[in-house]
Amino acid sequence: MLLTTFSRAIILSVLLLVGQSSWAAATLVAVAANFSKPMSEIAAEFEKATGHTAKLSFGSTGKFVSQIENGGPFEVLLSADEKAPQRLVDSGLAVADSQFIYALGRLVLWSAKPGFVDDQGKVLTKGGFKHLAVADPKLAPYGVAAVEALKKMGLFEKLQPLFVQGENIAQTFQFVSTTNAELGFIALAQVIDTQSGKIGSGSGWIIPGDYYAPIRQGAVLLKKGAENPAAPALLDYLKSAPALAIIEKYGYDLPKK
Amino acid sequence: MLNPADLDTLLLTFKVASIATTLMLLLGTPLAWWLARTRSAWKGLINAVVALPLVLPPTVLGFYLLVLMGPAGAIGQFTSWLGLGTLPFTFAGLVVASVLYSIPFVVQPLQAAFTTIGELPLEAAATLRASPLDTFFSVVMPLAKPGFLTAAILGFTHTVGEFGVVLMIGGNIPNRTRVVSVQIYNHVEAMEYSSAHSLAGILLVFSFAVLLVLYTVLKTQPVAHQLK
Repeated sequence: MLLTTFSRAIILSVLLLVGQSSWAAATLVAVAANFSKPMSEIAAEFEKATGHTAKLSFGSTGKFVSQIENGGPFEVLLSADEKAPQRLVDSGLAVADSQFIYALGRLVLWSAKPGFVDDQGKVLTKGGFKHLAVADPKLAPYGVAAVEALKKMGLFEKLQPLFVQGENIAQTFQFVSTTNAELGFIALAQVIDTQSGKIGSGSGWIIPGDYYAPIRQGAVLLKKGAENPAAPALLDYLKSAPALAIIEKYGYDLPKK
Repeated sequence: MLNPADLDTLLLTFKVASIATTLMLLLGTPLAWWLARTRSAWKGLINAVVALPLVLPPTVLGFYLLVLMGPAGAIGQFTSWLGLGTLPFTFAGLVVASVLYSIPFVVQPLQAAFTTIGELPLEAAATLRASPLDTFFSVVMPLAKPGFLTAAILGFTHTVGEFGVVLMIGGNIPNRTRVVSVQIYNHVEAMEYSSAHSLAGILLVFSFAVLLVLYTVLKTQPVAHQLK
């Protein structure tokens, strides 16, 4: 008798779970490392608003593209550039015309030491450092932007020998935050204090926007997520006012409508 | 097939592995000898410390090294005090990390070889009035030759295959810390699959050839068996 009650309870809960999954689904999202903080907040809000769940994977865009091209299970890609989504659309792995720019990245020269980086970046000409951390320009759009900015300042040739390269922007940040590199070019979102909108710790210089081509970060719906209601729902949510407010709070510029 | 940059990473990798293996044999031989002979209460603890890199994720080791060897870390402050600067992003740092990472692969086969020799040859040498040092070089080393070969080969190949630690502390600097495993990873991430294939193929053939020599020509026991 006890057993039957028990098994009934199990059957009932299984049915409930199955029933629930028909309207609340989970989607697997590949997120470029620079966007990890805002995306974690957006995913939490998305869950509250829609009942769907977003499972986030953080890493470099290049690695995600390789994985997607080799059968990776991701359903949505939030890239650090706009090339990767286009490439996946062209190769038929992403849904055509689903790509859009969700944020414009901002580059910052940052040091974990207070007062080390002045607000005009004069430290770059002045010297006094042995290592300058940048994301590998071959792999990371923030690395490309850093190289462009240095070239614009006419300092690239001089400073390139001091480069230590992170595989993605998160690793570049790690080199600087552990003070192994005295300073480095990273994403503003990594060091911004979301309360004040200023750089939260250490010292930094937000690179003027005309020093580098805009870092246009693109999102795309992958073919694996086309049948999952949660995947397009997440992309829609990314364009909603609450999501845009979070993106802006982390120092990103919003794409013009 | 191979561009000059790829060739540089191969050369650098073999340079790191050669130096690290030499250091590991110099450090590992007395350590393994002590572990094989001692009845000290510390033996268990030292064995555990030596074996730690076998089970520790390389990223954990790499992260600790990055923090400890950095300007704020204990090792970093010591090396700065010595006037050597800090070790991350340097060739020397890579060698130090490789030694820590691969040392169990050198110590454990040596320890096994020394244990297998047993007391008898040592006692025989002692009755012939051989000094302990003489005994070690004239009796132990020839008897433990397979152990030394296994240790050297495994230490070398394991260092060649090192990845997670270098990724954490290397900084991907050409001719200094850009080793072949990191270069392959970067090729894959940059979607340069053909370059990745060439380098990966070379490593695969190299590793297989080494192990083939180890197990057929030298007729060594498989590693897993040795490490027990």
